[in-house]
Amino acid sequence: MTTTTATADPAAEFLDRRSPLERARGVLHRYPALSPAIVLVLSVIVFGQLNDRFLALSNLSLITQQVAVVGTLAAAQTLIILTAGIDLSVGAVMVLASMVMAQVASGSGAPPVLALAFGLLVGMACGALNGFLVTRLKLPPFIATLGTFNVFTAVALLYSRGATVRGGDMPAVMTWTGTTFPVFGVRVSTGVLLMLGAYLVLAVALSRTAWGKHVYAVGDDKDAARLSGISVNRVLLSVYLSAGVILALAAWIQIGRANAASPNVGVDMNLDSITAVVIGGTSLFGGRGVIWGTLLGALIVGVFRNGLSLAGLDVLYQTLAVGVLVIVAVSLDQWIRKVRK
Amino acid sequence: MTTIDDTSTAGPSAVVPHATPVLQARGLVKTFGRVVGLDGVDLALYPGEVLAIIGDNGAGKSTLVKCLTGAEVPDQGEILLDGEKVHFKRPQDARAAGIETVYQTLAVSPSLDIASNLFLGREVRRPGFLGKVLRLTDQAGMRESARRELRELGISTLQDVTVPVENLSGGQRQAVAVARAAAFGSKVVVLDEPTAALGVRESGQVLELVRTLRDRGIPVIIISHNMPHVFEIADRIHVQRLGRCAATITPQSHSMTEAVAIMTGAAQA
Ligand SMILES: Nc1ncnc2c1ncn2[C@@H]1O[C@H](COP(=O)(O)OP(=O)(O)O)[C@@H](O)[C@H]1O
Ligand SMILES: [Mg+2]
Repeated sequence: MTTTTATADPAAEFLDRRSPLERARGVLHRYPALSPAIVLVLSVIVFGQLNDRFLALSNLSLITQQVAVVGTLAAAQTLIILTAGIDLSVGAVMVLASMVMAQVASGSGAPPVLALAFGLLVGMACGALNGFLVTRLKLPPFIATLGTFNVFTAVALLYSRGATVRGGDMPAVMTWTGTTFPVFGVRVSTGVLLMLGAYLVLAVALSRTAWGKHVYAVGDDKDAARLSGISVNRVLLSVYLSAGVILALAAWIQIGRANAASPNVGVDMNLDSITAVVIGGTSLFGGRGVIWGTLLGALIVGVFRNGLSLAGLDVLYQTLAVGVLVIVAVSLDQWIRKVRK
Repeated sequence: MTTIDDTSTAGPSAVVPHATPVLQARGLVKTFGRVVGLDGVDLALYPGEVLAIIGDNGAGKSTLVKCLTGAEVPDQGEILLDGEKVHFKRPQDARAAGIETVYQTLAVSPSLDIASNLFLGREVRRPGFLGKVLRLTDQAGMRESARRELRELGISTLQDVTVPVENLSGGQRQAVAVARAAAFGSKVVVLDEPTAALGVRESGQVLELVRTLRDRGIPVIIISHNMPHVFEIADRIHVQRLGRCAATITPQSHSMTEAVAIMTGAAQA
């Protein structure tokens, strides 16, 4: 709401003439993690009021454990979305990598390190394939990863013959990510720590290395990046490869969390990962967002699901709430981006 | 009234006679399918001069500088830098050889800040382990040199180098793009229509920047539609017409009206 007065104030020219709303938009634009941070704090307060058990340390610990897998997938997804891409195959890559890890670890008597290494290789190979399709065949990321999503899902089912590998059949290292230990009375799982480690490494890489700047530049404007002397394809390929590495980590965390490796669990997590990224303030148009926003986004989804179920609401309401969150987040992003002249 | 049609043989008596051109093109041809962008163009840029390129829309001005700066690879012809043949396949190649370009479509990354844009593609790493092994960039150092560079170029309105470029006005963005081209000990700076989208005052600032570059001894190629700007700043003028060089003139040898006549084909040089 702006009002114009007929009597011109001579100093008015030097004042910030934007309305409070426009100024707020400017701030949100400059700090993309700000809106998810506000939403997270508010939702924790509200759910804490609704149910006493919500703020119990054991419940907060549970939320972090529930968030660990999707949070790690979302870290990989953030990299892709920053380049103005999207990866529908993250859940399938994780499942395929976890099945390979579990089979190698349980069947062949090979050392668990080898099993993890194989899982890493599978993650990187999947990332390389996605990157190849996007950079060499010039397929839109949406289409390329829709294809590989189906391919990886089918390969995981064929490879495992549809069978779940139980945690008890694997060496302890494989389920180590599910073990918890107390930190100031809160039980923290190793998987959560590994996820936080991944975020820390990505945060430094994105903000403190040339590679990070190039990821943003490519997502911002490919042609401008090329004319600035950046090898766009090389950056994109490195992004899909790095995502593959993170997805292999997610596979390990998933095995620990579920105390099993199952070809049927987690394939649909790609949508949750995209949700976390979008709620976390990263723009689907690329070039704007911070990795910590995604962590906040994943936590928001976890808090909503947990809080609504503690409030005794049906699981369908959780789904409904997450859907509304996504729409609100994307609308907010559209509005914030109008700052751009 | 004398005109120089063939710069490679006659040389520009107005500037540095008989010097070796810093940058030279001979017989450049570039086609896009059936469209002929360049039809055998010669061009020479001598040390310390501002060479303007004028011509109608579609005359091949942008294509010419794209070939000179590695953004396009010519079908035929040769490019010489300091008298040596060069083959640029990508903009990086030309940049590595010291040719910096501000393209007509501004090549800045809107969401990155001013300092990051100035150093985009040539980031400075921190010394020692942090830089060599962890590959961390020297943020503080780059910001400091960005500030210094902008000050030396006389761009005083851009002191906060941490502001994202998308928050800047058109003229300020252009200044960032020009500063980026000028900042790193470049041999040649090429500007494609740097004032086309700017107001009077902002255009004046960009022209002032061009003068600053020339005073530093850096030769500049500037494409412009604006005749007063061209005649104000150029030492020599390359008139591009229908994919060829119609003439090379100077602000002293020809009037603006005559230049426009050559440009449109109403007069022969
Ligand atoms: N990438 C391209 N593909 C097809 N035609 C092009 C391309 N670039 C330039 N052209 C054509 O080449 C000619 C010269 O274009 P250009 O160099 O942009 O002219 P100017 O900059 O002088 O206006 C025009 O006819 C233009 O349509
Ligand atoms: Mg042009």
